[in-house]
Amino acid sequence: MTDLLDILANPAFWVAVLRIATPLILGTLGVLLCERTGVLNLGIEGIMVAGAFTGWLAVYAGAPLWAGVGVAALTGMMFGLLHAFLTVGLALSQHVSGLGITLLATALSYFGYRVSFPKVNTPPTIVPFAPMEWLPVPILNAQTSLTLFALLLVPAIAWVLYRTPLGLALRMVGENPQAAESQGVSVAATRTGAIVAGSALMGVAGSFLTLSAFNAFFFNMVNGRGWICVALVVFASWRPGKALLGALLFAFFDALQLRLQQSGDAVLPYQIYLMLPYLLSILALVLVARKASYPQALMKPYRKGER
Amino acid sequence: MRLERRHQSSRAALVLAPVGAVAFTMAVSALLVLWAGAPVGRTYALLLQGGFGSVFAWSETLTRAIPLILTGLAATVAFKARLFNIGAEGQLFAGALAAVAVGGMHGGTGFELAPWVLFPLMMLAAAVAGALLLLGPALMKNRLGVDEVVTTLLINFIVLLGVSALLDGPMKDPAAMGWPQSVALQPGLELGKLIAQTRVHTGLVWAVSLAVIVWAIFKYTVPGFDIRAVGANARAAAFAGVPVTRTVVWVALLSGALAGLAGAIEVAGRTSYVTLDMSPGYGYTGIVIAMLAGLHPLGVIAAGVFVAGVLVGADTMSRAVGVPTYIADVIVAASLIAVLVATLLTQYRVRMK
Repeated sequence: MTDLLDILANPAFWVAVLRIATPLILGTLGVLLCERTGVLNLGIEGIMVAGAFTGWLAVYAGAPLWAGVGVAALTGMMFGLLHAFLTVGLALSQHVSGLGITLLATALSYFGYRVSFPKVNTPPTIVPFAPMEWLPVPILNAQTSLTLFALLLVPAIAWVLYRTPLGLALRMVGENPQAAESQGVSVAATRTGAIVAGSALMGVAGSFLTLSAFNAFFFNMVNGRGWICVALVVFASWRPGKALLGALLFAFFDALQLRLQQSGDAVLPYQIYLMLPYLLSILALVLVARKASYPQALMKPYRKGER
Repeated sequence: MRLERRHQSSRAALVLAPVGAVAFTMAVSALLVLWAGAPVGRTYALLLQGGFGSVFAWSETLTRAIPLILTGLAATVAFKARLFNIGAEGQLFAGALAAVAVGGMHGGTGFELAPWVLFPLMMLAAAVAGALLLLGPALMKNRLGVDEVVTTLLINFIVLLGVSALLDGPMKDPAAMGWPQSVALQPGLELGKLIAQTRVHTGLVWAVSLAVIVWAIFKYTVPGFDIRAVGANARAAAFAGVPVTRTVVWVALLSGALAGLAGAIEVAGRTSYVTLDMSPGYGYTGIVIAMLAGLHPLGVIAAGVFVAGVLVGADTMSRAVGVPTYIADVIVAASLIAVLVATLLTQYRVRMK
């Protein structure tokens, strides 16, 4: 018990919570944007891998760090366009298209990494983002500007969704595409825009891993974080504020299991602690399921003129 | 751009669509070969040769195809009823563990039974383990409306960590020099060789037979009809008197059992013990195979052999010309997307306006 209090009283713990939460916040907001217009994007796991790889590769090749983030966003947008073409343009299964994109983006990234570095065993490193030491806010000043960006994005997206005509159109397309179309809103254009923007965020979420949390690209470094974002959106009932809360809560338990595992007197095998994030995700899905208010048109393809 | 449904699509188009899509994928992937600085023609020739060019190549391809056909079938059964089972990877490991738990825990804790009694028990345990693992997500989908894709995916991670914990602890083989590796099966429980001097085992007969059985279930039985009806339109099926919930439960049990058997057959036919790297993602590749086969159980055999050939051939090719083996994964994933589009074009006409 004193152990637990020691952990919680240590600022380093809260620094870790915020760091672990950052890619989850970005990814969850990305999924949220797509799903608000009615499109599931299971490409996220692969898009995060691709963003982590391309962003890092750009910086390794000499680009500034922010350009690397831009490259990761652009990579996400390309895969987002593909997903939009398949699911909005051709009305194919959103599940299968997303999984296909995850497999493709992961395979392409690993292939690209091996072609670029055929013989290396230790991954080459870059100089990652530096913490914002100039900021007079404790804990936050141990983070990099990407974390600040993620935190500011939450109110920004909430504002767009609930306070602007664009947000109204986005939500309407996700709830009732027929009605949106009759109001002169293009369902296809809105969905495509949301998928591309959301996928850009997924790419940035991946780049946080290579450009801020670590300084190199590893295989399996995304390791299910994308799927957890998909679960977090349900947990958050498709609301940006709750998405932030969910990501922080989740990161809290993840950081806690890491500390407990390191504290030496762990009673259980370390794998049990590593299972916790996934178990928690499922638990969250089950707890929220009954009252979850899915966007009514989620996973329903829309064909103009067909009902 | 809009889509118009075709009144009918020709049989030739349905068969040619996947073939054309794969050819298209290979053409596009040639750019990656060029990026890796290798000659395209020679690389692809080596890929095909390595997968299908000799008796040895065929034997390796067929060996690799066995688990892929089974996980492909698992995905086919589930997807037919629109139960998106993405958890075949976890179910495979659950099946493998159950097989070793029944067939390997001899001496003290285990069963002193003759192999001919123990073998069916082992396979049954694996099927049950896989089936039970999918039952939870299927019930959560049915009762609570929790999306099964996310739950089955998350369970994969949990199972793999669980396997890792067991291989470090209770199920670790003390004779494995510290490697995380389970105890081995008792002698007499291994599957025999199909071709002497190769690794192809009689698991191939199991895989092909199960494909035929699944095909017959769909084609000739009432539950098979129910599954297709639920997949086509669950609400209409319920209205027509199909027991939707019960059907989905049966689908989950059958799909999970097939994936569980994939694990047991890998153990009995190839490794004889469980390790964490016994499956390089067979569960996920099975999804691609099911889609390549157009969810046709017999097509799964062809698709499984094709994908296995690409994966095996890539190893040979990589050693010869140095193109990373990941090109096989790119080809498989891109084929999936290309086949989806090609199949759609057999059903719809695209009008630009």
